[in-house]
Amino acid sequence: MATKEEVFSKVQLALVDALGVDEDEVKPESRLVGDLGAESIDFLDIVFRLEKAFNIKIPRGELFPEDILNNAEYVQNGRVTPEGLKLLKERMKFANLTAFEANPVVQDFGNLLTVQDMCRYVESKVA
Amino acid sequence: MRWFWIDRYTEFESGKRATAIKNVTLAEEHLHDHFPGAPMMPNPLVVEGMAQTGGLLVAEHSDFEHRVVLAKLAKATFHFSAVPGDTLTYCMTIESLSKDAAKVSGTSHVGQRLQAEVEMWFAYLPEERAGKSLFDPAAMLAMLKQLGVFEIGRDAEGNPLQVPQYLTDAMAQDAKT
Repeated sequence: MATKEEVFSKVQLALVDALGVDEDEVKPESRLVGDLGAESIDFLDIVFRLEKAFNIKIPRGELFPEDILNNAEYVQNGRVTPEGLKLLKERMKFANLTAFEANPVVQDFGNLLTVQDMCRYVESKVA
Repeated sequence: MRWFWIDRYTEFESGKRATAIKNVTLAEEHLHDHFPGAPMMPNPLVVEGMAQTGGLLVAEHSDFEHRVVLAKLAKATFHFSAVPGDTLTYCMTIESLSKDAAKVSGTSHVGQRLQAEVEMWFAYLPEERAGKSLFDPAAMLAMLKQLGVFEIGRDAEGNPLQVPQYLTDAMAQDAKT
């Protein structure tokens, strides 16, 4: 089983390659969108690189739950409903959603994920 | 006039790989300014040619119905500049193909010399963002034929590529009007 350091190092490399950032910019607390400048197409690139690096399969919507965020049942007036939040929390055990819960504006969701979240997600897949 | 940066395909294997060539010639006016007295093929146009080679390969997978656009140039490394008289050979390989996007990697060679290496992502424009199609179907078919796609193209089983019926119909309709 990969150690936390090994996971971080591979996630870091995937982000350096996918986002064209320097290694020292990729810290555990760095936000993918806000700090590292990830755009929507980059997430496909990141998923592809993580799948290769860890030999895992990342089902669509598992890491970035766009199916929930684009579903009118779970989003009203640009905000995620309590049911939607419940679903997000169940699905994204690897991410800290506390701050998002306080003000669940869909537009802000993309700026939530950190490098640490990615590492926790990968750890859950390779465990 | 179309924005052609490949001359023709020399290999086209559905869903897998394609090779196209681009002959660099002093008759191309842009080379007179790039640079005066030292003409060389601009590398962004090499990338464009590789994107055309790979983009049509990706589009063929959906019978050219998806609106395929270059979404990201993930990597581009150039080893030297091509000059008039060179034939660039672009070999593009699909690494990943999903219903959201496709990743394609490729090389550009002059003879045996590696000229460039790229990794690129193509995305599909949703209908509401791009209208019904990016290309007029009849013009699309004429372009594909001109580039030799159906002459040398093979499907996944190794059989000759078939022209999608809607493109044939569009060309027949076009001939009538």
